[in-house]
Amino acid sequence: MSIASDTRPTRKGFRFDRWAPLLLLGGAFSIYVAVAIATGQTQYLTFDNLIAILGRSIALGITAIGQTFVILVASIDLSVASLISATAVLASVVMDGSPAMILPAVLAAIALGGIVGLANGLVIIGLKVNPLIATLGMSLIIQGCLSAFVSNFAGEVPSAFQVFAYGEVGPFPFALLFLAALAVLAWGVLRFTKFGSDMYAVGGNEEAARFAGIKTGRIVILSHIICSVCASIAGLYLASRLRSGAPWIGSDGVYDLESIAVVVIGGTILAGGRGGIWGTMAGMLIFSLIDSVFNIAGVDSYAKQVLRGVIIVAAVAFYAINSKRIVA
Amino acid sequence: MTDTGSPRSSALRRRLSQINPVWVLLVLLIAAIIFMNPRFVEPTGYMNFLKRAAPLAILAAGQVYVIVSGGFDLSVGSLITLVVVGSSMLTNNDPAATYWVIPLMLTMGLGVGAINGLIVCFLRVPSLIATLGMMITLNGLAFLWSGGAPRGYLPDTFRFFGRELIRDVPLVRFIPVSVLVLIVVVGVFAWAMHRTNLGRHIHAIGDNPVAARLAGVPVNRVRITAFMISGLSGAIAGILLGGFAGVSTDVGAGYELQAITAAVLGGAQLLGGKGSVPAAFGGALALTAIFTLLNFLGLPQPVRQVVQGLILIAAVALAMHRRKQTGT
Amino acid sequence: MTAPMIAMNGITKSFPGVRALSDVSFDVRAGEVQALVGENGAGKSTLIKILSGVYHADAGEVHMNGEAVHFAHPVESLRAGIAVIYQEFSLLPERSVAQNLFLGREPRTRLGLIDTSRMRAEAREVLSLFAAAGHIDPDSLVGSLNVATQQVVEIAKAVSTGARVVVMDEPTAALNETECEELFATVDTLRNRGVAIIYITHRMREIARLADRVTVLKDGEVAASFDTLPSPDAIVRAMVGRDIEDFFAPKAKPDEIGDPVLTVRGAGNDVLRDIDLDIRAGEIVALAGIQGAGRVALAMALFGEAPFATGDVTLAGEAVSFRSARAAIAGGIGLLPGDRKSEGLVLMQSVRDNGMLTSRAFAPLWTSDQRNDNADTTRMDALLDQMEIRAASYEQDIRALSGGNQQKAIVARWLSMRPKLLIFIEPTRGIDVNSKAGIYHLMRDLAREGAGILMISSDLPEVIGVADRVLVMQSGRIVAEFPHDASEQDIMHAATAETEVAA
Repeated sequence: MSIASDTRPTRKGFRFDRWAPLLLLGGAFSIYVAVAIATGQTQYLTFDNLIAILGRSIALGITAIGQTFVILVASIDLSVASLISATAVLASVVMDGSPAMILPAVLAAIALGGIVGLANGLVIIGLKVNPLIATLGMSLIIQGCLSAFVSNFAGEVPSAFQVFAYGEVGPFPFALLFLAALAVLAWGVLRFTKFGSDMYAVGGNEEAARFAGIKTGRIVILSHIICSVCASIAGLYLASRLRSGAPWIGSDGVYDLESIAVVVIGGTILAGGRGGIWGTMAGMLIFSLIDSVFNIAGVDSYAKQVLRGVIIVAAVAFYAINSKRIVA
Repeated sequence: MTDTGSPRSSALRRRLSQINPVWVLLVLLIAAIIFMNPRFVEPTGYMNFLKRAAPLAILAAGQVYVIVSGGFDLSVGSLITLVVVGSSMLTNNDPAATYWVIPLMLTMGLGVGAINGLIVCFLRVPSLIATLGMMITLNGLAFLWSGGAPRGYLPDTFRFFGRELIRDVPLVRFIPVSVLVLIVVVGVFAWAMHRTNLGRHIHAIGDNPVAARLAGVPVNRVRITAFMISGLSGAIAGILLGGFAGVSTDVGAGYELQAITAAVLGGAQLLGGKGSVPAAFGGALALTAIFTLLNFLGLPQPVRQVVQGLILIAAVALAMHRRKQTGT
Repeated sequence: MTAPMIAMNGITKSFPGVRALSDVSFDVRAGEVQALVGENGAGKSTLIKILSGVYHADAGEVHMNGEAVHFAHPVESLRAGIAVIYQEFSLLPERSVAQNLFLGREPRTRLGLIDTSRMRAEAREVLSLFAAAGHIDPDSLVGSLNVATQQVVEIAKAVSTGARVVVMDEPTAALNETECEELFATVDTLRNRGVAIIYITHRMREIARLADRVTVLKDGEVAASFDTLPSPDAIVRAMVGRDIEDFFAPKAKPDEIGDPVLTVRGAGNDVLRDIDLDIRAGEIVALAGIQGAGRVALAMALFGEAPFATGDVTLAGEAVSFRSARAAIAGGIGLLPGDRKSEGLVLMQSVRDNGMLTSRAFAPLWTSDQRNDNADTTRMDALLDQMEIRAASYEQDIRALSGGNQQKAIVARWLSMRPKLLIFIEPTRGIDVNSKAGIYHLMRDLAREGAGILMISSDLPEVIGVADRVLVMQSGRIVAEFPHDASEQDIMHAATAETEVAA
């Protein structure tokens, strides 16, 4: 009998961790409003401005949706930042200013994402390599290949494709609606498909899932493919937004670490099996609000980076600090 | 081996059969280098090689502590940057300043390690996230400190450790100071890891932290010490690198993954419990030898990254395969 | 008579160094409960794991409905209709009851999506079969249910997969009396539906209540098999089958028991209440109770892992209040954890490292005792010799040793510390029968040398055979005390009866 099995479950009633993302979101929003009022910059409180804040975290949001899938199955993906750079460059080079090449470029980018995800999944499942190392290694490989070919902005995104980042539907940016649609789709997959249900099982108790006849390896590989495809969509978005791709846009945005932090703040646990998309969306909002607070308060960009590191660690600590598990 | 002779001889045979593959790899690589460049066998050849490998080998020796204790330390690369940038800011071209700047930098390395350890132990943030956050923060600090563009130079007194040679040494003609530093640091680290209680405890907490705690091992103190040793290795590597090259904000970039790759090449087991400082040293030499070969072959810099990513994944996959075969 | 649902013939299985089963034959028919009994380590779980395809037999065959079957993987046996309900649940606490029931085979709509309403309805239908066990909402999270209800969900899951054979491994280990009754009702339901049930237990009461037939395993062999319900005495005789006096060490003589080593008065924390406890030098005190009664919590409170919030603790005459395991060890308490692999051993390290773990933990960090002629090392090697640990070398990784030898290394770890109070949690779990006797005698030797010993065990014959005094816990309190000659019935009754404790 282990220590853990001697205590009966006492999980009834109010569960703080279920509501934590919303509480945090409320807190972040209050701070944002308070800072805006305190610095007398009430123009930041308009509807348009709030939409603009959201617009700045589209790429992070898309990446984080993908990251939610891998973290739910108790894996992790640290290759998303390099993949974002690679797909942005690939798309912009393939398009090279020609509207006719938009479709091939998009397909190529998504295919690249699919291949990278498949490779990640196969290395993790087939070769039993720790997911952290597998995806870190993959990140090195992608970044190395990319730097071998390009060292600066390469290619050009035709204006027709810039609609992705700059187009508007009524008062809403097109990209924001796209993100919302993607989130709804992801939610639907997790909630209503057998794949979604299997994912929770694999993350929650891999052995139980296997004994229930679920092909656990396949589920993990598929999650990685989804994650990488999401990252490649984020790369397409950034190419559209920056009008060209460059080999540093992914790592500059720290999308690997930030997407993980967003997922964790959203209440999805790193051990897998618990969490969901709406928490991740709340996490994304929290991050963009914090970013906006820095902007309003006029924090220097280097100092912002320092604070970012601190906030990411603090966010994970917020959930981890009460757990009894020993981490290393 | 206290009692009879038979366990002794069987242990010897076991040791022979279990000779660490990293040494075989290293010998093959050195042979290849000698084949391509026969002058490598002269002191100038191998001493320069050792000198170039010194920072990585020291980092790898420190990284082994954290890996064996069950974690990762991804902050050492940016710590190197901070040490180089910080030293140039502090010395401000004053040769006399070296004497207090170097101890200060070593203390800073220990301090950064201590903070990493405290975050992991008491905030229960997994070390991967904690040290990635630290990486972002330290990079931001390096930018903040230098105002984005590092000014100033490191005085010759500071560059002594990285640059100077001790001449007229019998047999080898000359020894770079950095190689002496390397020998001393790896020697001390190997002794502490494999001959002291601290080393046994680091193995124990990486192997099974719950069992270690229930057996009275001061788990937190040991874990924090492991991170401090890794931080110290980062500071020493930074001081050497500051002597090799100029001051920039990316001197340390990528070193953290190289250190992990070297340790893993040396057979250190991810998530803890097994690992060896001498073998990590061997791994660092092997990795440097691979880079040297790639240079000889005239392959561009980014290829190094790709190769390193492949090695990282392959080394872990191979270790998993071996472990499966030995039935654990 | 029809062919048995399951017939296992001549099953033999060896593990490195241990013969777990030799020539075991066993069968179960539809609509009956076949009780499989035996002490820890008798081979019950190995037999079940062979049936379910986790292990593969070295020799012998398994027949299902008269046909030979070979299960390479648990999934295959599950598909064939054999459901094993292990003590560690395979339920997902973060998912609903319905989601758990249909894990891996959710009903779908025409669009291929999960048909949640149908799933819920079918779940309700399956759960209604077990109405005797109380109402269960298919939408509630499994993690919010109590252990007994979780067990019913696990059984309902087996039924809904159409299992024709259900294996239950000590299902009542964590249940109180009412909950046991609920479970028994569930088992009756299954039997009436024509399911073949293999029921593993070592509680006589449950055998009497449920079993149609009984098979007794001992040391990996069938010691007896009864086609009608035998008397408890017959079962016990078959189970133990040897001179009890020899197996267990003799009890303490009155003059061997000295002054109190440990005194606890009015202690409690969020799990424990009103703990009064005395342990004297030279005495072995056993703590009995069902899982979740707080026995391990009490051990961990004494050991500083999950300290008492209130009350007074006196150790060897001094008031103490340990806030960590390390402090408790420094104060003179030792503890052998119940789960050797996850709480006791550092598996990748050597036998000697495991033995020296604690003594090194209290030596300075930077000292070195790695040389073979070091005094501490020599002393540990002598201790390991004295315990007769079978290892090629003490530098061998401990994971290669048998459970009994591993346990001895942990005992050696504590012997080197000379603790005043030593707590053993499930000291013989997963240990072969011969090593068990060795552990019992070691415990007695330690007591004779003046240590107080507290033993937590779920094995009642062990509790009765080893202890000089038995304390029974329930819901975080000590509810009864028995002298060394207590009966199994009395202890069980005290452990499971619903004594409505005033809050």
